[in-house]
Amino acid sequence: MTKSIRIPLEEADILSLKAGDRVLLSGTVYTARDAAHKRMYEQLQKGEALPFDLSNQAIYYVGPTPAKPGQVIGSAGPTTSSRMDTYTPALLDKGLSAMIGKGYRSKEVKQSMIKNKAIYFGAIGGSAALISRSITAVEMIAYEDLGTEAIRRLTIKDFPAIVINDAHGNDLYVEGVEKYRHI
Amino acid sequence: MKKILYEDIVKAIAELCIEANYELGEDVYNAFKLALATEKSETGKGVLQQLMDNADIASELQVPMCQDTGTVVCIVELGQDCHIVGGSLYDAINDGIRKGYGEGYLRNSIVKDPIKRKNTKDNSPGIVHVELVEGDSLTIHMTAKGGGAENMSDLKMLKPSDGIEGIKQYVLDVVRVAGPNACPPLVVGIGIGGNFERCAYLAKKSLFRPIGKRHEDEGIANLEVELMEEINRLGIGPQGLGGTTTALDIKIEVEACHIAALPVAVNLNCHASRHKQAIL
Repeated sequence: MTKSIRIPLEEADILSLKAGDRVLLSGTVYTARDAAHKRMYEQLQKGEALPFDLSNQAIYYVGPTPAKPGQVIGSAGPTTSSRMDTYTPALLDKGLSAMIGKGYRSKEVKQSMIKNKAIYFGAIGGSAALISRSITAVEMIAYEDLGTEAIRRLTIKDFPAIVINDAHGNDLYVEGVEKYRHI
Repeated sequence: MKKILYEDIVKAIAELCIEANYELGEDVYNAFKLALATEKSETGKGVLQQLMDNADIASELQVPMCQDTGTVVCIVELGQDCHIVGGSLYDAINDGIRKGYGEGYLRNSIVKDPIKRKNTKDNSPGIVHVELVEGDSLTIHMTAKGGGAENMSDLKMLKPSDGIEGIKQYVLDVVRVAGPNACPPLVVGIGIGGNFERCAYLAKKSLFRPIGKRHEDEGIANLEVELMEEINRLGIGPQGLGGTTTALDIKIEVEACHIAALPVAVNLNCHASRHKQAIL
C-alpha cells in the first residue's frame, strides 16, 4: 500500500511511518548536496543564520541537470546520502526533520534521527527522468554560484519514495537484505 | 594514409555524450527484462519496473535518464595508419564533451581541482586512454561514468597464494560494502593482473563489453558466471532494498603480472551502465 503524505511532515506523521512504507510525497522540499552542506555547516559553526529556516523542513539530496526549454527542472534523481553524513547531525539539531536520498546513513546520523524524531526516505537512484515529473515548481533560494549544487525550493506532487530509516531506529537496508541473503 | 578530421571527432563525441545519457542501451534494457522475470522480491520488481519506465520516459522526452550525467571516459583505439588532421585528439575529445554537454542540457559534474573544487562548467576534461592498434580506423569506446558507483570501487594487491578464492572473497566484500550506494543492480567490472594502475584500467575496460557477452577464455567466462551467482546471493537486490538481482552482469579482464603479485581491481557500474561506441 502506498501512503500519500504532506511534506514538510507533522511529528505525528513521522512517528507513524515505518521502514519499508511506500509513500507519495506532496508539498515542498529544499535541495542541497555536498557543497551546500559544507557551506551551511560552516555558517552554523560561525554562528551565522542559515539561508532558510530548517525547522521541520525536508532536504532532498539532488543536483539536477539543466532544464530544457519548457521544462520546470531537468532530470532530478537522488544522490548518495552518506556524503552528507558528516554535516547531517548538526542540521537535525537545527530542526531538519526529513531527508530524501539514496544509500546508507552513518550510525551518528541514525542516532541523531531517533533523538530528533526525523525520517529518511529513499528515492530510486537513476530514475531521474521519472522523478522530475513529480516536481511542479522550482525557486532559487541560496548559493546560486554553486550551479547544480545551489539550494532550491521544490514544489513536489506525488513524489515516489520509500521509508529507509524511520524515527524508531529501523533500517530497511538491513531488514530487506536479510530476507534474501543466502551466502 | 587515411585522414580523420578534428571536427569529425568533436561531432562524434558530442553525439555519443547525448545518446549515452538519453538512451538506455539495448543490452541493459534486455537485462532489466530478464531480471524482472526472475527477481523474487516484490519491492525489487517494483524498482526494476520503475527503471524501465524511466528509460522509456528519458528516450521519449529526450532527456537524461539520470541527473548524474557522469565523467566522460573514452578508450580510443587509434589505428597506427591513420592521421588526425586539424588539432590534437585530446583537444577534439574535450571540445566534443563541451559541445555534447552544452547542447544536450547535461549536468556539468567536473571540478578543475580536487582540493579547491571549482566546477569547470562544461564537464571537461574527460579521461582519455589511447590504445595504438593496427589499421587505419579510429574507434571510440565511450562511457559517461556516474560518481556514486565509481566512489564504491576498490583495488587491492592480493597475494598469489590468495588464489581464486581470495579474488572471489574480495569482490564479494566490495559489492557488499557498496550495498545501495552504487545504485544496484550493478555491472561489476573486474581487472586481475597487470600491476597497480593496469588492473584498474582493465576493470574499467571490462565495463565496455556488452551485458551478456562472456569472456572468450572459457575459464574466465566460468569465473564470471560463478561470481554472478554468488553476488546475487548477497541479498542486496535492486537499489539495496533486498532481492535476488544485485548484479546484472560480471565482467573480468586479465593480464600478465609479476611472480610476486595478484592485483585485483573492482570497478562498479550503476544499473544504467552507459557505454557507446563510434568508429571513424
